[in-house]
Amino acid sequence: MMSPLRPANTTLSSPTQSNSKSLGPITVALVGNPNTGKSSLFNALCGMNARVGNFPGVTVEKKLGSYKDSFGEVTVIDLPGTYSLSARSADEMVSVDILLSRIHDAPKLDGVVVIVDATNIERNLYLFSQVREIGLPVLLVLNMWDRLNEEGVTIDRTELEKRLGLTVLITSAHRRNGIEEVRQAIRQLKEGPSPAPLSLFPPALIEERTRLGQWLADQGQPLLPEFLLERTLFDVGGASEEIFTKSGIVGLTPYLVDARKRLLEAGCRIPAIETKLRYGWIRNLLEGVVVRSNETKLTTSDRIDSILTHRTLGVVIFLVMMFFLFQSIYVGDRILGKPFGLGDSGLFAGSIQWIQDGLSSGIETWIPPGALQSLLIDGVIAGVGGVFVFLPQIAMLFLFIAILEDCGYMARVAFLMDKLMTKLGLSGRSFLPLLSSFACAVPGIMATRVIENRRDRMVTILVAPLMSCSARVPVYVLMVSAFVPATSILGGWISLHAVVLFMMQILGALVAIPVAWALKKWFFPGQTPPFVMELPSYKWPSWRVIFDRVWERVHSFVVRAGTLILMTSVLIWGAGYFPADHSQAIKMKKEYEAFITASQGMEKGENSTEPSAESIAAKTELLRAELNQENSRLIEQSFLGMVGKVIEPAVKPLGWDWRIGVGVIASFPAREVIVATLGTIYSLGSEVDENDRGLQGTLQAATWPDGRPLFTLPVALSLMVFFALCAQCAATLMVIRRETNSWRWPIFTFFYMTFLAYVAALLVFQIGSRVMG
Amino acid sequence: MPRTLNQLAQGDQTRILDVTGDDAISIRLMEMGLIEGIEIRRVGQAPMGDPIEYAIHGSRLMLRIAEAMRVLIED
Repeated sequence: MMSPLRPANTTLSSPTQSNSKSLGPITVALVGNPNTGKSSLFNALCGMNARVGNFPGVTVEKKLGSYKDSFGEVTVIDLPGTYSLSARSADEMVSVDILLSRIHDAPKLDGVVVIVDATNIERNLYLFSQVREIGLPVLLVLNMWDRLNEEGVTIDRTELEKRLGLTVLITSAHRRNGIEEVRQAIRQLKEGPSPAPLSLFPPALIEERTRLGQWLADQGQPLLPEFLLERTLFDVGGASEEIFTKSGIVGLTPYLVDARKRLLEAGCRIPAIETKLRYGWIRNLLEGVVVRSNETKLTTSDRIDSILTHRTLGVVIFLVMMFFLFQSIYVGDRILGKPFGLGDSGLFAGSIQWIQDGLSSGIETWIPPGALQSLLIDGVIAGVGGVFVFLPQIAMLFLFIAILEDCGYMARVAFLMDKLMTKLGLSGRSFLPLLSSFACAVPGIMATRVIENRRDRMVTILVAPLMSCSARVPVYVLMVSAFVPATSILGGWISLHAVVLFMMQILGALVAIPVAWALKKWFFPGQTPPFVMELPSYKWPSWRVIFDRVWERVHSFVVRAGTLILMTSVLIWGAGYFPADHSQAIKMKKEYEAFITASQGMEKGENSTEPSAESIAAKTELLRAELNQENSRLIEQSFLGMVGKVIEPAVKPLGWDWRIGVGVIASFPAREVIVATLGTIYSLGSEVDENDRGLQGTLQAATWPDGRPLFTLPVALSLMVFFALCAQCAATLMVIRRETNSWRWPIFTFFYMTFLAYVAALLVFQIGSRVMG
Repeated sequence: MPRTLNQLAQGDQTRILDVTGDDAISIRLMEMGLIEGIEIRRVGQAPMGDPIEYAIHGSRLMLRIAEAMRVLIED
């Protein structure tokens, strides 16, 4: 963890003495603006050889990759894309701290590779000018070289190299052009030309910087890098000022106010002076190096844009595109499965089910019935299946996102939707993650990475699970078909079932509006973040880039969230299995299966004196009913059942008995599990689904001990409302944990959603049972 | 009082005079290249009139009206 109290352990720009320095392992950081092809370069350099983690205490991803050249290993740290090193949050401060080697568990840097979008070199060099002040050897890579022509730009690379005094390379990273040269130049970074750190500032600023260093030393601070002192002076209310203040330096802000006043009197207005000096330097540097021929002409991209962001046509195209995107996550897998005769189960989900079934029957053959068999089948295999079941949705969504992002349309989505999303206190960037969450919150939350602003991103993550996802549908369907009268309203045009289903679908989104507002107000206060966004030119997407991105997201979900989801599934299995005695159930199951095998033999007519088909069916039914009864008893005696009985007083005001309570707890790994749990607990076996007439009938017939019907319309509604708002989805919570890099937020999400769900269910039941009698 | 950037008409081009304010929003605007003397052109706007798309330095930026109001432009 970074600490302002720790001295910087960098020795700035140590002079090179021998060539032996460049041998052996070296580490470089990769820095660049967003949309410069930085990830493409990273992937081209390191291939699939990347490790992804988080820096401690922040949500920023730590992406390390490596490759070997003939001299040894090269480690590449991919820093998040940024326009500037002026850090506004602890997250943004990470990049600065890495460049200054102020983070313990990050390796010390031997150099920095700055990648810029050659078609937009003026603005991209702003970040470069900041990096050049740090004092590390720098390699400048002009990417997207293949697009210069099209944009009508020419760049004199040799002249630029001469003026900068360091190596300037050209690449087209998405086509893997120029990568070998980059590798060679990285290896030569340390003994290549390494000019002194850039210094653009007038004496008045230098003096103020020294003075600040002195003042901080007087407050007991260790010596700080000059670059950090500059940032503290320049960034009004920025991250360095905040971190220093938090670390206990009293009077820093008043000191800075005075210092900035002194600078203003000296003709250096903070913060404008920094951008003015840097862009002045860039203008001089590029004078005669960069020539733009068609600056005022409408480019192809502009013409496309005039259609895609058109007042009506643009909106129609947008809606159609979003509809396809949504459909592909929602039903894409099912559509793919149709040609393979997989019916409604879906190509991927169906295949997973098939593998699960195969493995389960294998285990049933090889491992005797008992705790181990049940652990493997109902805990491990079901848990792994519960991880993989998300893959089609994640892959579909990120395939779409990668295509839209790489061709440049993603930024337009934010552009088109921004006004609407500001009504929620969010920005246009939150639109797609929230839309995706209507299919499934897991990929939706993973998609929040496009949101640059931390507060917006956190709020989006925390309200995303309120959107009605596909896993809630089985619960709604079961309750609606069993308990909502099948009448139609408005002259027979609309069925009451459809109305209730629709209301359930939109309930979460409606609740999300005040929740987002409250989160913004109390948990993430502060001014509306700037939303100056670049709209990149349209281009054909690169399949390699798209594949890399989809693979990365799927892989990181399985590895980093998957293990936690599996653990939850096993835990809940244990709670439902122990400590009851299963020997009776095992015996009954054997008997039942033996009877079925035997009766199949009879039906083949091997013995004509055997009992009739009716009596076989009756006996089968009896054995099955007994087995189901026993399973129901087992869950009642399990830890889960005990907890269910303990919490009965708490759920009674919602109109529930302990069995519904158990169902709700058991559905913690995933909401749809409640259907199977209700099946088990009401002695129907776990093989039921939401359209099962038997389950619907049993629920309709279920009673309280005193004989009153248990499920009434208000109870059904209260259960539905509970599921609309609760956080019964381990995968979502684990993904929140992964994306926020903290247990605090999944726990917070669980409690706030459960609280909302409880209160809403309570209101629905209490009011409903009074109104409907 | 000079005009602000949001008042620039569709398709028109002008030069930037200054960016007012010294908070994070203004810093970001300046970092993105909105500084004195730079040519800027209005390219379009979102269906609800906000945000607005501008061309600057050969790139396209979107600014909300509230942000564009911080940018002073030549008449």
